[in-house]
Amino acid sequence: MSAFDSAQARPAIELNSVTKIYSRFKRRQFATLKSALMQRTLISDFKPDESFPALTDFSMSVRTGSATALIGRNGSGKSTALKLVAGITKPTSGTVTVRGRISALIELGAGFHPEISGRENVFINGMMLGLTKRDIEKRFDEIVEFAELAQFIDEPVKTYSSGMYMRLGFSVAINVDPDVLLVDEVLAVGDEGFTHKCLDKFADFKRRGKTVLLVTHSLGLVERFCDEAVWIDEGRKKAEGDPTRVVDLYVGDVSKQEEKFLAESEARSQAASARVATDVPVPASTPETAAAPAPAEEGRWGSGLIEITAVSLLDGQGQPAHVFHTGDPMAVRMTVKSRSATDDFVFGVGIFSAEGVCVYGTNTDIEQFESKSIDGVADITVSFDALELTEGTYKVDVAVHAADGAPYDYQRLLHTFRVKSKTKDVGLYRPRHRWGFTGAVSIVPKS
Amino acid sequence: MWHNLAQLTRYRGLIQSLVARELKARYRGSALGVFWSFINPLLLLLIYTVVFSFFVDPRDEVRPYALFLCCGLLPWTWFASSLNESTNSLVAGGNLIKKVLFPAEVLPIVSVLTNMVQFLLALPILAAFLIYYANVGVAGPDGVAGAPTVALHAAELVWLPVVVLVQLVLTTGLALVFAALTVHFRDVRDILAHVLTFWFFATPIIYPWTAVPENMRRWLDLNPFKHLAISYQEILFNPQDAFGHKWWLLALAGASVVIFLAGYWLFDRLRDSLAEVV
Repeated sequence: MSAFDSAQARPAIELNSVTKIYSRFKRRQFATLKSALMQRTLISDFKPDESFPALTDFSMSVRTGSATALIGRNGSGKSTALKLVAGITKPTSGTVTVRGRISALIELGAGFHPEISGRENVFINGMMLGLTKRDIEKRFDEIVEFAELAQFIDEPVKTYSSGMYMRLGFSVAINVDPDVLLVDEVLAVGDEGFTHKCLDKFADFKRRGKTVLLVTHSLGLVERFCDEAVWIDEGRKKAEGDPTRVVDLYVGDVSKQEEKFLAESEARSQAASARVATDVPVPASTPETAAAPAPAEEGRWGSGLIEITAVSLLDGQGQPAHVFHTGDPMAVRMTVKSRSATDDFVFGVGIFSAEGVCVYGTNTDIEQFESKSIDGVADITVSFDALELTEGTYKVDVAVHAADGAPYDYQRLLHTFRVKSKTKDVGLYRPRHRWGFTGAVSIVPKS
Repeated sequence: MWHNLAQLTRYRGLIQSLVARELKARYRGSALGVFWSFINPLLLLLIYTVVFSFFVDPRDEVRPYALFLCCGLLPWTWFASSLNESTNSLVAGGNLIKKVLFPAEVLPIVSVLTNMVQFLLALPILAAFLIYYANVGVAGPDGVAGAPTVALHAAELVWLPVVVLVQLVLTTGLALVFAALTVHFRDVRDILAHVLTFWFFATPIIYPWTAVPENMRRWLDLNPFKHLAISYQEILFNPQDAFGHKWWLLALAGASVVIFLAGYWLFDRLRDSLAEVV
């Protein structure tokens, strides 16, 4: 079929330096028609007071028969791009070209009327999406079967659970049999089984040479299912191409942002608990209070005889970092300052999970170091060759105290780092391991 | 604009289904269902008949007064409800406009058509009463049954579809304007409610045109609904067999087309902002 061939050659979706500016009518929020008329600002009120660029000079093209993912942070402009492709909003400048019939799964079941039956809603929803009555009659059984709603189809939609509602909406939209399918983060609905069915349906789409454009936060899905990925950030295209590469770039950037965020929040919490840093000597704690169990909430206490002036978490290159990957080396370095010479001191470090479970704790006394002397400034570093931890957020305790436990400076849960992992295994500790398979079993890594 | 207007015909199946859905949903859960569309005007007529036969002395020149009232009131209800509902339609259907690609004007049009169907369903009830009075006659002020004052003539009745059509075009045009404006100014809704109340009393519905002082008539001639009300009353109620108001009606037909096109033009202009502001 020659028409098909020529369609194959041209991209199904083309966005050509598209800019979308949303106007904010701040003033008008409180203005009324009356005041607009009285102030004769009716016309000028139609002009925005403030504008917000959701997309800036954004170009992309989606090959016919491919699956492309738009990824990016919340509010980066992904959904705006999808709405522009769907034609629901118009670009402020630039052009959007779509070849073929579109179906947009932006909001499932939008326009369902709660009072009437699922059957009637299927017809109306289908017609809104551009099908004729006859088309829907032909596909009706398939739609109902896919939604797994055969026994409820004549009940009013208001009696449906939210899952049933979404399934029916999805089923109608996907059965429109579009050439271009737009999907906006709708796979989160429905149970595991239904999600699989949806993915199968997408795969089936692709096989039949149809085009899929989806917005998702499920990066695993992007790598598994998509041929291309486009990363949008603050309305601009950051990267496009091979999904694995683009996802890696995106994840790297997210880590960097998290790093920044953690560094800032740590700076705040340290500033808030900088009590020991004052020159006023804190009365030394009595043995009784020192013996009391340390409170579990974060904070800082101690006599200040020896003060921890700085704490940093270091990566393999010795650079300060807050985000690590499973298996990376990490070091905790504390800089301490002693007010007077003493030989009664112990350095300690503890790692806690976000829930407060102690993952690991040690100190120089436990590990049989003999404290000879400290006077002035010193750096103490604990190096871990590999962080064998699962993904999550962890907190660090650092302390310097006397041999009997009386704290000089105890900083509890003040320092945070995050561990990232490609493997979504569970627990806290991730021992190095390998799988072995012998015998009548065939099991291979997924490609 | 012309392109979009032409595109609209592609959605007639959807409009049809949405009107059917609205009618169904309106009475869903009631025992009588769609029959309410008949029962409501029937009860209305009966109540007015009782009130204006026994409680209140009706005007001499329009007998039976209840029937006269309904000839103007039923079209007015169509008109006023359409405008009230379509003003709300875009705001209520905001989710649709934001999330689904389909022409937004479908929503106000569905409001107008739904109310038109209600009106058309009420017509047989009105007709039944008219035929009854045309054959039986009405008691005059002296209590003696006189000659029938109500008469239906075929020559007049052929104009009825024209009047309905003119009203449809006029109402749709205004509905588009108010619907699009309400998205930007929610106050339009409240203002409209009061405008409609005033409009109702400025239209010869509860009083006959002859009761209007001469010096006021010129002004009331500017009220488009006056001509519709008079047309309905002449066709359905007045005993003359010639439709005397036809030139006014045809002039109004022209004006309605202009109002519709202007309304559609405004709607089309504001179309792109609807999905963002609603």
